[in-house]
Amino acid sequence: MSLSPDDLDAIWLTLRLATTVTLLLLILATPIAWWLAKTDSWLKVPIGALVALPLVLPPTVLGFYLLVLMGPNGSIGEFTKALGLGTLPFTFSGLVIASMIYSLPFVVQPIQNAIQSIGDRPIEVAATLGAGPVDRFFSVVLPLAKPGFVTATILGFAHTVGEFGIVLMIGGSIPKETRVVSIQIYDHVEALQYGNAHFLAAIMLGFSFIVLLGLYGFQRKRSGEGLHYGR
Amino acid sequence: MKLYSILFASILGIFVSFTTLAESAHLAVAANFRQCMLALVTELEKESNHRYVLSFGSSGKFYGQILHGAPFDMFFSADVAKPIAVSEAGLGVSKSRFTYAIGRLALLSSAKKSALALEQTLITGAFNKVSIANPKFAPYGIASLEVLDHLKRLEESKSKWVLGENIAQAYQFVDSGNADLGFVALSQVMLEQKYAGSFWLIPDSWHLPIQQQAIILNKAKNNPAALALINFIHSNKGKNILTSYGYLIAENNSV
Amino acid sequence: MVDEPSDIEQQIINARFQLMLTNKINGSFALDVEFSVPSEGVTAIFGESGSGKTTLLRCIAGLQKSNPAFLSFNGEVWQDRAIFKATHRRSIGYVFQEPSLFEHLTVMGNLSYAIKRASNKLNNTFYSQVIDVMGINDLLGQGTNQLSGGEKQRVAIARALLLQPKLLLMDEPLASLDVKRKLEILPYLEKLRASFGIPVFYVTHSVDEIMRLADRVIILEAGKLVNQGNVSELFSNINFPVQSRDDIGIVLDCNILEVDEQWQLMKVAFNGGQLWLPKRRDELSNSQCRLRILASDISVTLEAQRDTSILNQLPAEVIETVPEETWATTLLKVKTGDTILLARITNKSLSQLALSSGKKVWIQVKSAAIIR
Repeated sequence: MSLSPDDLDAIWLTLRLATTVTLLLLILATPIAWWLAKTDSWLKVPIGALVALPLVLPPTVLGFYLLVLMGPNGSIGEFTKALGLGTLPFTFSGLVIASMIYSLPFVVQPIQNAIQSIGDRPIEVAATLGAGPVDRFFSVVLPLAKPGFVTATILGFAHTVGEFGIVLMIGGSIPKETRVVSIQIYDHVEALQYGNAHFLAAIMLGFSFIVLLGLYGFQRKRSGEGLHYGR
Repeated sequence: MKLYSILFASILGIFVSFTTLAESAHLAVAANFRQCMLALVTELEKESNHRYVLSFGSSGKFYGQILHGAPFDMFFSADVAKPIAVSEAGLGVSKSRFTYAIGRLALLSSAKKSALALEQTLITGAFNKVSIANPKFAPYGIASLEVLDHLKRLEESKSKWVLGENIAQAYQFVDSGNADLGFVALSQVMLEQKYAGSFWLIPDSWHLPIQQQAIILNKAKNNPAALALINFIHSNKGKNILTSYGYLIAENNSV
Repeated sequence: MVDEPSDIEQQIINARFQLMLTNKINGSFALDVEFSVPSEGVTAIFGESGSGKTTLLRCIAGLQKSNPAFLSFNGEVWQDRAIFKATHRRSIGYVFQEPSLFEHLTVMGNLSYAIKRASNKLNNTFYSQVIDVMGINDLLGQGTNQLSGGEKQRVAIARALLLQPKLLLMDEPLASLDVKRKLEILPYLEKLRASFGIPVFYVTHSVDEIMRLADRVIILEAGKLVNQGNVSELFSNINFPVQSRDDIGIVLDCNILEVDEQWQLMKVAFNGGQLWLPKRRDELSNSQCRLRILASDISVTLEAQRDTSILNQLPAEVIETVPEETWATTLLKVKTGDTILLARITNKSLSQLALSSGKKVWIQVKSAAIIR
């Protein structure tokens, strides 16, 4: 059994989606994680809960809301139309945004934990050594929180690769646009093409195992603490 | 063939009426047949002591589950191929396989339009997206492509397809406003009395009949509840219910 | 360039901080402090734990927001109603209580961190001097986790110095170290004081460290400034709250006049007389030293003694007598020249010699410790 061109398209699309989502999430999640780690505001709890929501919400629920909200009659849809971007369902951009929402806690929480475990002291030390806020972030926070950023990157990437429910709801199974590996597997199964499904599923299984193996290995080397992406 | 099947059911039915035992049957039912099956079973349960447990979902998934020993008594598929496959795998009573309904296709629009206008929209391509149940496995999807082919719009509409994993999702894409048009089952739109948009019943001759077949699984070979249900579907009362939910009655009840 | 008089007048640090900290565990703490000190030498900030020493230091560094607040350094306003210079814009070095090296950098990396961000380009002589004075040349290539607590603190001090700050802030730099390590670092701090003409605020609750390092002291109690002055003035104040009975004594800053190599003695002058002392290290004439004379090491006579082994006799006048209630003793405050000394005598002697304020006496200094 070998991979069909459709399967290869799905794999390539999935990698492209996961990479895009992970990079954008690192940029978006870092300030959120920073704020959550540092603030004393009463908003910390509700915002933290909001960020963690995708952890407990069934992806289909999230997908359904996004389908409605990003549709032409939804608030997000009206906004994107006003910007001249059209509507987001059935597009790669739509998947990127949906996946970012879905994978947000997996990226925010490791970074938040890492920043919390650094504490204020190294940042204060850097300030007394003449480092401004941006300088402090890159010269102290980033290197000290590196394990958290690595964990966040791996989890964000792997979680996006493994995502199914949301893509099912808003994707429309369009080749090279929204038909990612998990959807392709589902389609194979529905079409009773169990052989193809097995083959792709085995690839996913192997990929996920290797990713987690790498993550555990990395964390063991760093601290021997094991996996801790939640709180 | 038809005669044989009815005879088979009747004999068992007589046997059942003698015992007068209340039996139950667990049915795996294709999602598109949900409302209709509920109506059938509700009516039947009034008339008999039989009880029915219903599971709804995609035919493909049920097939996979039956293959791996799921404890269903009957399988109401959305197509013909899967009950045949069940039968060939030796998991079903091959003689019990029959077409319980023929699905009808409708074109749904989120906008209020006349049937003629909907047909024109589809032909002229004046729409953003058209949602279709995935033709790779969904019978309504296959029929949808046949309709597009009939209209000579198969290739040029391809870039506007968004595929639902079933007709329920094809419906949802239109309902949420994300697709202007969608191929759905008539049974779905007939339920939505208050629907703000509009639909057009596509002529049945534009696509091959969407035959939905059922089969009794080995476990229920002698289950009176299953036989009672088959008999009920063939009764006038049952046929009326099927028609009212947007299905056609198979002229020839078995294949 | 000629210094204008106003520049000289401005060699001063003015500070006023008021703040209220509320903490779920400790309740609330209020700091309300105002002081003005010359920007030279070592100013110790002294007080018990919880008195607000560290908070005050953090205010000076800009690590702790305080409102209202005022802070000026040599005429340059760092903080007032409208201005708040962020920590990284204040020309300070800060040494934290626990050694706070960056774990992700080597010793050299930690030093480079400061060098790169220093206000002035690094001068090689200065660099060598810092490395030398702190004695960390052998540590440069090591990772921070290979160092002992004392070594880490020396690197942290060197790092703060290499920033070439105008003001050095040290928060109990010895507090996290055991006695052995403290003794190991103190000489480096004394050298630091002697080698770099940089004003230092030094938070401590150790009298010993004050005597060895400080020129002046600010004393805090429950967030309020309760006393302030030169070290010698403070120690001659009997009410100086920090001394246990056995430790009561004064501190004298002296000039070494001459060194007698034959008898291994040296002659020092203070503001009120001269003393002969055993030479301890390689003291040089014309240099400074600080003496510690305990009250129990001074005795009093009415006449000058001739046949005595005691080298140092000075005329003095009794200023005050303070009975020590639970003991059969009295502390005498005596004045010689401009300097006040403390002597402890028994109540019996007090009565026999009929000592009271205004009485002219001779004091005999039995021993004096050179503490600096």
